[in-house]
Amino acid sequence: MPVIKDGRLVEDDWTFIPDFLPLDEVARPVVSLARWRDGDCALRARNGRLGLRLPNDTDPAAIGADLDRFALIELEFPVFKDGRAYSQARLLRERHGYRGELRAVGEVVRDQYFFLERCGFDSVSVAGDKADQGRALEGWYEAMAEISVPMQPAADQRPPASSLRERRRAAAVAS
Amino acid sequence: MYRYDEFDSTLVNERVVQFRGQVARRLSGELDEDHFKPLRLMNGLYLQLHAYMLRVAIPYGTLDSLQMRRLARIARVYDRGYGHFTTRQNIQYNWPKLAEVPDLLAELAEVEMHAIQTSGNCIRNVTADHFAGAAADEVEDPRIHAEIIRQWSTLHPEFSFLPRKFKIAVTGAARDRAAIKVHDIGLQLRRDAAGEVGFRVIVGGGQGRTPMIGPTIREFLPKADLLSYLEAILRVYNRLGRRDNLFKARIKILVASVGADIFAAMVEEEWRALRGGSLDLPAEEVARIAAYFAPPPFENLPAQDTGFEAMRFEDRDFARWCRTNLHVHKQPGYAILSISLKPVGGVPGDATAEQMEAVADLAERYGQDEIRVSHEQNLVLPHVRLRDVHAVWQGLVAAGLGAANIGLVSDMISCPGLDYCNLANARSIPVAQRIATRFADLDRQHDIGELKLKISGCINACGHHHVGHIGILGVDKKGREFYQITLGGSAGEDASLGDIVGPAFSYDDVVDAVESLVETYLDLREEGELFLDAYRRVGLAPFKEALYAGH
Amino acid sequence: MSARIVTANGLRDGEVLYLACGGRWSRDLAEAEPAETEQAEAALMAIAERAVRCRDVVEAYAMAVTVEDGAPRPLSQRERIRAAGPTVGTDIATERGR
Repeated sequence: MPVIKDGRLVEDDWTFIPDFLPLDEVARPVVSLARWRDGDCALRARNGRLGLRLPNDTDPAAIGADLDRFALIELEFPVFKDGRAYSQARLLRERHGYRGELRAVGEVVRDQYFFLERCGFDSVSVAGDKADQGRALEGWYEAMAEISVPMQPAADQRPPASSLRERRRAAAVAS
Repeated sequence: MYRYDEFDSTLVNERVVQFRGQVARRLSGELDEDHFKPLRLMNGLYLQLHAYMLRVAIPYGTLDSLQMRRLARIARVYDRGYGHFTTRQNIQYNWPKLAEVPDLLAELAEVEMHAIQTSGNCIRNVTADHFAGAAADEVEDPRIHAEIIRQWSTLHPEFSFLPRKFKIAVTGAARDRAAIKVHDIGLQLRRDAAGEVGFRVIVGGGQGRTPMIGPTIREFLPKADLLSYLEAILRVYNRLGRRDNLFKARIKILVASVGADIFAAMVEEEWRALRGGSLDLPAEEVARIAAYFAPPPFENLPAQDTGFEAMRFEDRDFARWCRTNLHVHKQPGYAILSISLKPVGGVPGDATAEQMEAVADLAERYGQDEIRVSHEQNLVLPHVRLRDVHAVWQGLVAAGLGAANIGLVSDMISCPGLDYCNLANARSIPVAQRIATRFADLDRQHDIGELKLKISGCINACGHHHVGHIGILGVDKKGREFYQITLGGSAGEDASLGDIVGPAFSYDDVVDAVESLVETYLDLREEGELFLDAYRRVGLAPFKEALYAGH
Repeated sequence: MSARIVTANGLRDGEVLYLACGGRWSRDLAEAEPAETEQAEAALMAIAERAVRCRDVVEAYAMAVTVEDGAPRPLSQRERIRAAGPTVGTDIATERGR
C-alpha cells in the first residue's frame, strides 16, 4: 500500500510483521509494541532499520528511552473519529524529541490531513486503487492549502496567528 | 467587543471555502453520509426530525446590531423567518437546505460570524456570563479570556476528534450566571490573597444522562497560564476519556472514575511539561484582545434618573417590567436590560426576523450597539442609560418583546423537543406554552417570585432540567409522552441537581402537577422565602404529598 | 392493518420524504407505499438504498404504520410529528395563513 509522504505518493517500503512471523528476511520491518517489549537480544541488537506500531492507548513515554532505535513509528486510527493518536504524535515530537518518520495508519481520510500534519505526522497510508490514490494526493495538496492561519501552536512550523501578530507589532515598532 | 483582524477573517473565510468543498464532495458522491456527518457536525449542521438544522455560533453570547440584522436576514432568506436562541448562547435555524448552507456561511463571515465547532466531538463555542462587562460584581470581563479560548480552540489539530463534545464556560463574577459547575470546564475569575487575578478551575460537571456538579481541581490558576492548563486538561481527556461507550465518554465520567484528586494530579503533571511554553500569549496580545472589551464610553450620570422614576410611578406595566427585566449596572445612571423571549404562548427562545431587527435598532440607538444572548434563552442590552429605559421598553412592547417575566415561572428554558429534534422522546415546547398560559396572570407570577422551570424532551438535558428549581423531563412510555418532575436543582453558584419527586405525569396532567407544586410552595413559604430556599428547608415530602396524595 | 413504509430525507434540502408507488419519493405520507410482508419491505428498502447511493435521499429507514382506508398512519408519536410538521412553532401561524 502506498503512502503520501512529503507531498508525494511513494511506494511503501515498510512491512508490518505480525508477532508470529520471523523478521529475518525483511529489510524494513514494522513490529508491534508487544514484540519490542518482549524482544529478544536479536531484535534489540538488530542493526537494520526498524519500525514500531504503537497502539493508540499507549503513553509514548513508555518507549521514550528507545525512540532512537526507530526510523518509523506508526500511530493508529481504528476509525477516523478516534483522535487519540493526535496527542501521541505531539508528545512524541514535542516532548520526547522523536525525529524519525511518523505515520498515520488505519482509517485516515483527507479531512484529517491538515490536523495530522500539524501534529507532527509526515506520512499517511492511502487505501484503494490508483484512482483513489490520485484523489488522496490531490486531497493532500488541497488540505494543506485550505487553512493558512492556524490559531494555536502545534508540532509543525506554521506560525500561529498570535506569532504573526507579534511579528507585525515588531515590524511596526521597527519602522 | 472583539473585531476580527486579517488573520481571524482569513481563517473564517477559508473555513467557508473548505466547507463548501465538503458539501460539494458530498453532493458529488465522493463523500458518503458516514464520512460527511462528522464534518457537517463540526460546522454545526444537523439533520433533524423535519429538515437540516444549522447552529450558528455567537461566541460568549455577544453580538452587535449589524450581526443581529444579518441573523435576521438569514432567517428570512434561508429559513422561515425566525431563529431559536439556545442555552449555549447560539442561534439555530430549523429549515436550511444543505446546498445553500455554504452561501449562508459566506454571509455570516461578512459580519465576522461562523458556525465553527457548534457541534461535533470538539471544543464547542465558549460561553460566558451574559452580564459580562456590565455586572457590578465582576472581577474582570470574562469575555477577554473567552475570546482567547475561542481562538486557541478553533480548528485545534489535536482536539478536533475528542471522545465527546466539550463545553467551556467562563464567568468573572462570584454570582454564577454561566452555569460553570455543569460544564466540562468552568472557569471563574477571582482574586487570590495577594490581589492577583486568576481562575478557579472546575472540571467534569455536566448534565445529560449522568448529571454531575463539577469539582474544583485548582483553586487558583494565574491568568497567564490559562491556555497551557487547558491544553493539559484536554490532552489528558483526549488520551484517557472513554471511547467504547457513547454514554460514558464525557470528561465528567473520567473525572468521577479516577477521582477529582487523581485527575487533578494527572493534569498538573501534564501541565508542568507544557507551562511556560509557546502557548503563553505575549502580554501585548492579551492587551490587544482586552482592549476590545474596554468599557464603552459611559457618561457621568447620577445614580437616579428623575424621568425614569416618574415613568415608573406613572406606568404600572412599565414598573412591573422594570422589577424583573432590569438589573444593577456597575455604572451609575445605567441599567442592564433583559429582553424576554418567553411571551405567553410563544416558543421559548424564538425570535422572528422582525424582532431581531427591532432589537438591533434599539441596541444601536440606546444600547452602545451591544446585544447579548443569555443561556436562559433571552436577550440582553447590557448598557442602557436609565433615562432611555422607558423608550427601549416601548420599542420592545411594539415588537412583541415586552414580556415582564425574567426569572419568573413563565421564563422557562425549553429544548426544541419532539417538535423539532431527532433525539427527543417527548414534546417540550407545548408543555412550556401550556404552563406559561396557566400562569399567564403576571401578578400571580410576581407573587410566586423567582422560579426557574426547565424542560427537556429527553435525557440529553438540553433544557437543563436537572438544574431547574422545577425540572421537567419528557419520557416515552409505550408511545405516549410522560413527564418526570425534579425539584431543587440550581445552575448557580449554589449548584445542585434536582431530586426526582415520583412517578411521571402524562402530557395532560403535567401542567396541573406544576401548579400543585407552586401552590404547595405558596402555602408553606415563610416571609420572603423563594421557591428554591423553601424546598431546601422542607425537602421533598410536602410536595410529594401534594402531588400523589390522592393516588 | 399494520404495515411498514419507508421514509428518508432529501439530501439537498433535508425534506421529509416517503417512498411511494413506482419508487417515487413523495412529501405526502398518504402516498407512501405500505409493505405488508418482510419481503415487500426488503424490496422497498432496496429501492431506498439505491436512492441513498444515488444521493437523492439520506437516512432511509422503514417504520411501522397502521393502514386505515388505504391511508398509512404512523404508530409512533415521533413519526406522526415528523409527517405533519411541528405541532407548535413561531412560523406556524404565518405558514397556515399562506
